[in-house]
Amino acid sequence: MFDPVVVKMLALGFLESLYMTLISSVLAYVIGLPLGIILVVTDNGGIKPAPGLNRVLGSIINLLRSVPFLILLITVIPITRAIVGTSIGPTATIVPLVIGASPFIARLVETSLKEVDKGVIEAAQSMGASNFEIIYKVMLPEARPSLILGAAFSVTTILGYSALTGFVGGGGLGDIAIRYGYYRYQTDIMLITVVLLVIIVQVFQEIGMRIAKLSDKRK
Amino acid sequence: MRTGTSLIQIRGLSKVFQSSSGDVHVLEDINLDIKQGEIFGIIGMSGAGKSTLVRCLNFLEKPTQGTVFFDNQDLSALSLKELYKIRQSMGMIFQQFNLLMQRNVLRNVCFPLEIAGIKKKEAEERAYELLKLVGLSDKAHAYPSQLSGGQKQRVAIARALANNPKVILCDEATSALDPATTQGVLALLKDINNRLGITIVIITHEMSVVEEVCQRVAIIDNKRIAEVGYVKDIFTKPTTDAARRLVFPEGKRVEHFTGNRCCRIVFDGSSSFEPVIANMVLEFRQTVNIIFADTKNIDGKAFGQIVIQLPEDKLMGEKMMAYLRNRGLTVEEVHDFV
Repeated sequence: MFDPVVVKMLALGFLESLYMTLISSVLAYVIGLPLGIILVVTDNGGIKPAPGLNRVLGSIINLLRSVPFLILLITVIPITRAIVGTSIGPTATIVPLVIGASPFIARLVETSLKEVDKGVIEAAQSMGASNFEIIYKVMLPEARPSLILGAAFSVTTILGYSALTGFVGGGGLGDIAIRYGYYRYQTDIMLITVVLLVIIVQVFQEIGMRIAKLSDKRK
Repeated sequence: MRTGTSLIQIRGLSKVFQSSSGDVHVLEDINLDIKQGEIFGIIGMSGAGKSTLVRCLNFLEKPTQGTVFFDNQDLSALSLKELYKIRQSMGMIFQQFNLLMQRNVLRNVCFPLEIAGIKKKEAEERAYELLKLVGLSDKAHAYPSQLSGGQKQRVAIARALANNPKVILCDEATSALDPATTQGVLALLKDINNRLGITIVIITHEMSVVEEVCQRVAIIDNKRIAEVGYVKDIFTKPTTDAARRLVFPEGKRVEHFTGNRCCRIVFDGSSSFEPVIANMVLEFRQTVNIIFADTKNIDGKAFGQIVIQLPEDKLMGEKMMAYLRNRGLTVEEVHDFV
């Protein structure tokens, strides 16, 4: 089974999975991070309470999060086509991954930022810091270790989602596992893809935890 | 201690918080003048509204009614931007220190300077200067988690001083510290007031803090100012119930006081725990009546207070008070209880 063709296919799948995961993670953070910040800032006890906006945003995020990813994957095909021009392949898969991951990243960011001591924010206000300065000079840096842990969790979750996209021709290791392992009963290939996925998850999780620990100055 | 014109004027200030169970009145019709260069205490039991009051001074809490004039500027008339600017001339320190945990000491002190738009190099020079002032030059690159409570509060003080404020607001700044550390922090505040002439407002529930550093004090009780005056007057002649409760925490016993020559002895930790009253009685061969006593032995130092009834002989009374003063105790004659 380890003929050059299979090896090449697995290597390509591995790279495709990494590509989808990393690009999707970055884009999902571009959307999710500001949303998370808005959730915290507009919260009742936040630095700029806006109950209406907070409730509407919260509801949209909950709605998106309650749609099973496989359903979302199929539902957004027209959007994917409109943006990428096709609905199959690794690049096309980035669209549903970003749409699926942004809401939970927003919630993760929200949770991390809410851990920041209210007293420290109050101290910054007493020094005449504006809300914008409080966000980028106090809340984000103080929540840094927790945000990094959240990012490691997000990347591994997105990797899991990306494997699922194999069902609709998304490319990557998941695609190989479904085509060879599931449809053609080639259990050995399926096992190898699973092992590769496990390795990627382990590596990302470990790196995230180490950076978080190193960057945390609380102990 | 140069005191003069009013730096902070509180006029008809009320604060109401809205809660699900209706309006909660926290402060009602507060009027106060805090003078330039003084150390002013605001004391009250917990829940009396003093923390809200101090937050109204820099408009972290907006008064529901009334206003605050700071340096002759009506804070309620300022735009948000002007308010940010004026807050830079009001330092604040807190019970829980509220340092940025992910920044080292130096960068914590630089923080208000960053906000004021000061260049990094200049800010660091200023921060080193301030750390020297609070005696923490060697900790510049340590993180707050590596410091003791007293050291953290010193960093907070350095940070509050960064932008050369006109006032420092202290919200229960020593309540999380042990007695010895409290002494150190209070001494530092006193020194800052003395050397830099910065007005200091101290919010506390501890009479010993007021007694240690404040010149004037306002007693806040049940949402209102009960009494304002010089600390020594309020200590010797508290006129309101609220003041009496604070001067003599065991309120009921106060009512049993009789006789008109009593003296109050304060143990502030500067004397060691020795039987000072018994020694005095042995020395003068004259009995005294202990009317009230509440002392603690902390780390071999005595804290608390004792009220004794002096002998009728006036001269003997003076001698006894002198004896006690020589032992490093704060002694004052008190009368007109009840």
